[in-house]
Amino acid sequence: MLTENTIERLRILTESAKYDVSCSSSGTVRRGKPGFVGNTVGGVGICHSFSDDGRCISLLKVMLTNSCMYDCAYCVNRRSNDIPRATLSVSELVEITMEFYRRNYIEGLFLSSGVVRSPDYTMERLVAIVRELRTTQRFYGYIHLKSIPGASQELLSQAGLYADRMSVNIEIPKESSLKLLAPEKDHQSVFQPMKLIQQGVLENKEDRRRFHHAPRFVPAGQSTQMIVGATKETDRDILTMSSMLYTQPTMRRVYYSGYISVNTYDARLPVLKQPPLVRENRLYQADWLLRFYQYKVEEIVDEQHPDLDLEIDPKLSWALRHPEFFPVDVNTADYETLLRVPGLGVKSAVTIVNSRRFGRLTSFDLKRIGVVMKKAKYFITCHELSSPLPGSIRSVNELQPERVRQLLVSPQERKLAEKEKQLTLDLEP
Amino acid sequence: MTVYTFDGTLDGLMTAVFDAFERHEQPEKLLTKGEALPLFCDNVHEVITNEEKAKRVWVGLEKRLTCQALRIISVSWLSELPEVVNPLFNYVCKTFRQPQGATSIALNYADPDVLAVTRIGWKVSHEQLRMKQFIRFQKAKDGTYLAVIGPDHNVLPLVIGHFRDRFNDQSWLIYDAKRHYGFYYEGLGMPMQITFENEASVPFNLYDGKLKPDLLSSDDQLFQDLWRTYFKAICIKERLNPRKQIKEIPLRYWKYLTENKKK
Repeated sequence: MLTENTIERLRILTESAKYDVSCSSSGTVRRGKPGFVGNTVGGVGICHSFSDDGRCISLLKVMLTNSCMYDCAYCVNRRSNDIPRATLSVSELVEITMEFYRRNYIEGLFLSSGVVRSPDYTMERLVAIVRELRTTQRFYGYIHLKSIPGASQELLSQAGLYADRMSVNIEIPKESSLKLLAPEKDHQSVFQPMKLIQQGVLENKEDRRRFHHAPRFVPAGQSTQMIVGATKETDRDILTMSSMLYTQPTMRRVYYSGYISVNTYDARLPVLKQPPLVRENRLYQADWLLRFYQYKVEEIVDEQHPDLDLEIDPKLSWALRHPEFFPVDVNTADYETLLRVPGLGVKSAVTIVNSRRFGRLTSFDLKRIGVVMKKAKYFITCHELSSPLPGSIRSVNELQPERVRQLLVSPQERKLAEKEKQLTLDLEP
Repeated sequence: MTVYTFDGTLDGLMTAVFDAFERHEQPEKLLTKGEALPLFCDNVHEVITNEEKAKRVWVGLEKRLTCQALRIISVSWLSELPEVVNPLFNYVCKTFRQPQGATSIALNYADPDVLAVTRIGWKVSHEQLRMKQFIRFQKAKDGTYLAVIGPDHNVLPLVIGHFRDRFNDQSWLIYDAKRHYGFYYEGLGMPMQITFENEASVPFNLYDGKLKPDLLSSDDQLFQDLWRTYFKAICIKERLNPRKQIKEIPLRYWKYLTENKKK
């Protein structure tokens, strides 16, 4: 039975869970079934609300308990922190999830937990909850389960039968830094469960080919997260790690979480007045280039440019470093080349490829279609004698990349980037 | 200038297409009955809606267009915007005027009519997604879940399938307060379209969709409080970004949301 006290505990456990940025409910399509509650829609999932920080609320993101035996410096729930601790019982959590779901507040449950007693003990309790949801409550919605590093293979393979997505967080891309901040953890403890989950998924794929009704195993794949700005890793380190992870067949998303100074007293950590939001945003943009725009990580960051440019997005940054690639003729260039033009996204590139079969596209057409001409005009040509757009268009080669850069960075973006650079300067000892 | 007038229904529009081909002409404008005629028009034809003719046009479209294009057409009609009429009429006429075997123009976004119809279709699809996101049910004493909406476009028919699939074992009612109709699902079978004879006497507030407190199920208040607590607690104060929030949930939807702060 739920009481007033439950509200308070839900508050505590939510505040402990909120620093995990993953929220998506994507990756599985499961139609509803008579006698079962819910379905999952696939695609990009459904966000049911947006909190005051603008982040999407798709799943009930909560911890089973926030007491933890580990003492990781970056974590708000570390053993040595003096914060209120709480635990939700299995029945409470199940009831809250079901009732929220039935009122269309959420897409499902994102469950994680602090490690109590042992990884196996904790994992067992997580599995108990998802089992209860799936079997007794016949819940057909989305379940994202954090797997506890160090949990046994049997528990993982049980959990995988109930969860849609599982995740293990890398947190710090370099093992040396991880060792410094979380002496009880190493990369092995993260990659081991990742490998086990992947193995399970691939075996399951094989099984399902043979037996149509074999239950699905983690159908929405895995995700992971890295903290940005807590240690000295460059963007190159982070993105190299991501692109390595994306080569694994089951890794769907890598999340980046700008470090928020939760444990200000720890000397191993920088004191940031504000999380590095611009850098985080640029990393996500680079991540998109890796996943949807067919860029390689060496093209985005290299030895000369180990960090992403804060003032301009990584795609524009690549374009300005490679003026020889432009101008691109929108009427003849292939899809992959169109994707490289700043101001052209996946959607407009597809639209262009479709529409130009019917006739030549002019810059006026492009603008109507939804191309960001403000950016794209320096990088494309439509072979027009005159353009209906105001101002004569000169290509990046005529203007020089430096000049285009000046023209494209808004004062607001410059100010934000400036402010954040200031923050990183403070961080140097 | 040739002008057609029609009764404002989709069948009427399709009949107008039929008439245009029967009379071997292409009207410059299709007007809804009652709209002011343009200054110089020498030829006004009144389209009399005929289901059979409309059906024939639709069957012809099915032969010429892909499922996605047909869906865009029907979805764009649900926008209920007056500016959809002419582009849609021209789009359908152009489809039939194309030579046999030519690529369908549905993907030619350089064509202003196709682009306009597709844009409006996207807009409506976007709003139906918003309904899937932001509909909030309240549980009544008798176990019925109630949600009230007031969308800009007539998107309710587009989301009913989703909710039937998702909540197939609970009875629910989704009511469009702006268009005065709703769908009621009993917990089995198909959702039924309903209207209230006397809308003033309904047990919920038509403005913000709140159910009368004495009809609310005993634990509903608790779960609403839990949800508000959760909504507050999940926010990271260091990252406040109200602009993003308002971009994702436009103000007009807030009054129906459980997490609304004014409550």
